[in-house]
Amino acid sequence: MKEVSPAKAYALHLGVIALLFALSFVLPEYHHGLLARIMVLAVFAMGYNMLFGYVGLLSLGHAMFFSAGLYGAGLAVIHLGWSVPAAFAAGLACGALLALIIGVLALRTSGVAFMIVTMMFAQVFYLIILYFASWTGGDQGLVVPQSARVLVLGSTSLGLTNPTVRYMSALALFSIVLLVTLAVVRSRYGRVLVAIRENEERTKMLGYDTFSNKLAAVVVSGTICAASGAAYALLFGYVGSTFASVQYSILPLLWVLLGGAATTLGPLIGTLFMYYVVDITSGYTSAYLLIVGIALILLVLFFPKGILGTIRQRWLGWLP
Amino acid sequence: MTDKNGFFDLSKTGLTRRTALKGLAAGAGLAVAPGFVRYSQAQSSAPIKIGFQSHRTGIGAAYGRWYEKTTAAAVKAINEAGGINGRPVEVIIEDDGTDPGRGAEVVGKFATQHKTDIVYGTLFSHVVIGSAPAAGEAKMPYFVVSEGHHVASTKLNRYVFQPGITDVKSQIQSMAPWIATNAGKKVTQIFPDFAFGYDHRDYLPPALKAQGAEVIAQIAIPPTESSFTKYFPQIPAETEVIYHVMVGPAVLTFVKELGEFYGSNRPQLFGFIDSLEATDINSPGLEFLDGSHFWEGSPRYAQPDDSAAQKAYRAAVGIDDNGAAVGDPKDVSTAAHMFGCWETLYVVKKAMEDAGYKGPEDRAKLVEATEALTEFAEGPEHPQGPKTFNGKIHQCFGIQNISKVEGGRLNVVHKTKIEDGLYEPEGDYTTQPL
Repeated sequence: MKEVSPAKAYALHLGVIALLFALSFVLPEYHHGLLARIMVLAVFAMGYNMLFGYVGLLSLGHAMFFSAGLYGAGLAVIHLGWSVPAAFAAGLACGALLALIIGVLALRTSGVAFMIVTMMFAQVFYLIILYFASWTGGDQGLVVPQSARVLVLGSTSLGLTNPTVRYMSALALFSIVLLVTLAVVRSRYGRVLVAIRENEERTKMLGYDTFSNKLAAVVVSGTICAASGAAYALLFGYVGSTFASVQYSILPLLWVLLGGAATTLGPLIGTLFMYYVVDITSGYTSAYLLIVGIALILLVLFFPKGILGTIRQRWLGWLP
Repeated sequence: MTDKNGFFDLSKTGLTRRTALKGLAAGAGLAVAPGFVRYSQAQSSAPIKIGFQSHRTGIGAAYGRWYEKTTAAAVKAINEAGGINGRPVEVIIEDDGTDPGRGAEVVGKFATQHKTDIVYGTLFSHVVIGSAPAAGEAKMPYFVVSEGHHVASTKLNRYVFQPGITDVKSQIQSMAPWIATNAGKKVTQIFPDFAFGYDHRDYLPPALKAQGAEVIAQIAIPPTESSFTKYFPQIPAETEVIYHVMVGPAVLTFVKELGEFYGSNRPQLFGFIDSLEATDINSPGLEFLDGSHFWEGSPRYAQPDDSAAQKAYRAAVGIDDNGAAVGDPKDVSTAAHMFGCWETLYVVKKAMEDAGYKGPEDRAKLVEATEALTEFAEGPEHPQGPKTFNGKIHQCFGIQNISKVEGGRLNVVHKTKIEDGLYEPEGDYTTQPL
């Protein structure tokens, strides 16, 4: 990554945020709603990218962090009647705590073992959701009541089911996470993470406590994913165990690989691309996953580092 | 039926108050202009658009395929008879991948891109529950064919209906008198350890108790299990009836291993055909089921006393006397459930006609008209049998069939009454605002 002035990087990211803001006023209704969902899930991908892209730890269990936020927020509303901000905070706390515990245990391994351990923990989390079906709704899931999905700000009540409020809420979350991610990866801490990814032994020799740094990355990554899950529950009104299944651990990996690992905007590009490929092709054939597969193969052939990763490598070396 | 996909159609941008006012003004101008009558007729003959949320891929694909066939047959029949309110019916299909997240997106797509009049046809419970919030927020009438108790539980919202198939709580309650009288008083349940199984776990014991019978053991089997032999020793020796509702690909192994465990000296077996929908009852390994009984919503095999309506329905959908596709005996249908598609579409037709439905602006009227329905008489529109409809819980109630496996086919030995499946409503959707 070439050195670049912070202003250029921040200007690009603020430009993307401004573009997404402007799109809210021109997009057709369907794409307006879809983009709100994509932004929320892009946050999930950004959380994943924090660990996979910058630390080089390939997890196959991030669905549990997303679900921790999803259920943490959703169940707080459904069973405890908490307000939207309190429920969102509960989702974040659940994700952070779970990430801390899983990080302490899973970081004793690395490489393939790390993948297997995270996948096993995620499977345990998934089965726990099924086991406590009387609370979680099991495999059917639960609806977060529309009446409870209202954000009260002083004397103003904003219904999260309103398409504009939902879009702007998703954009706010996306923007905050994007800027925080950019700040983190540009910080000294971010450079340490990249150093660990490139050569952990050498980083240790330089005097860095790699375990603590990796653990902090797991917690940040898990918390961001939980923020995405909590937002999903509150904005779209459904919590279900499907989101804790292994499929939802693979998806963020796919989105990040597509968009470009270790690029701050790659997760958005990957999620956007994948969503629209599925959305468009499924309208023409039930074999749309075949087309998705072919698209992925072509991308790997021509954009081996993902879309933004390859663009950075070939043309725009300054991309963060 | 058509598949449609618009992409970034800027003509579909959101309507602002200003453009709406302009539209109204332009509409008023057109109304007084010559040629309006012809324009008006063109509008009124535009098709009623039904968004079909289909399980084309994922775990529900076998059901989805037959739901599509049944839907196509029903729509053809409705259109040949003049459509709905004189307008043809057009079905637009979107695949939800049997995934609740995608399901919600598909409902949003129907509401905002295809601009369908209703959404219809969902089967799997988790997809229904995941999609219901999107339907409620879009104020989109959502007619499901799911048999889950979720609609009748009144935990969803006012826009969700299940008028074409009974719910599992009602089905279980209807089975209890026959089981207690004909199969045995001491029942052991074997069910999958997830929500479908929990409905049976929770609703059967009180239903049997009311009939003087009892559940003496409940054995939950994890969904990931592929061998079942280790669970069978948990079945109490005094068991008179094994009530099984295993589903999924492992059901063949389950039956085979149960047969090996008991040999020829087994308790009575009672199951729900959900286990074996789209599966040939004569598949190798299922011989052990001979002589056992199953619940069926609508019989898979043609019966000697089939009504003319039932015969016409089977011919229209294209299933032979064995419940397989005409011309392809290996393509076994999901007969016990898919009739719900046919009947739901006729309920939609009736409600739209009662409401004088003209377009999406009448969706609230459609909801109220559906809630006002009370009875569906047996006949070409309801070939499975007569039904009652409770508008407060948006759920229909009907007869059930108990069939015996004999001679490699399922023969109906008992039909329940509608009253057998009635229960106290758990809430009232009509109190929710539209």
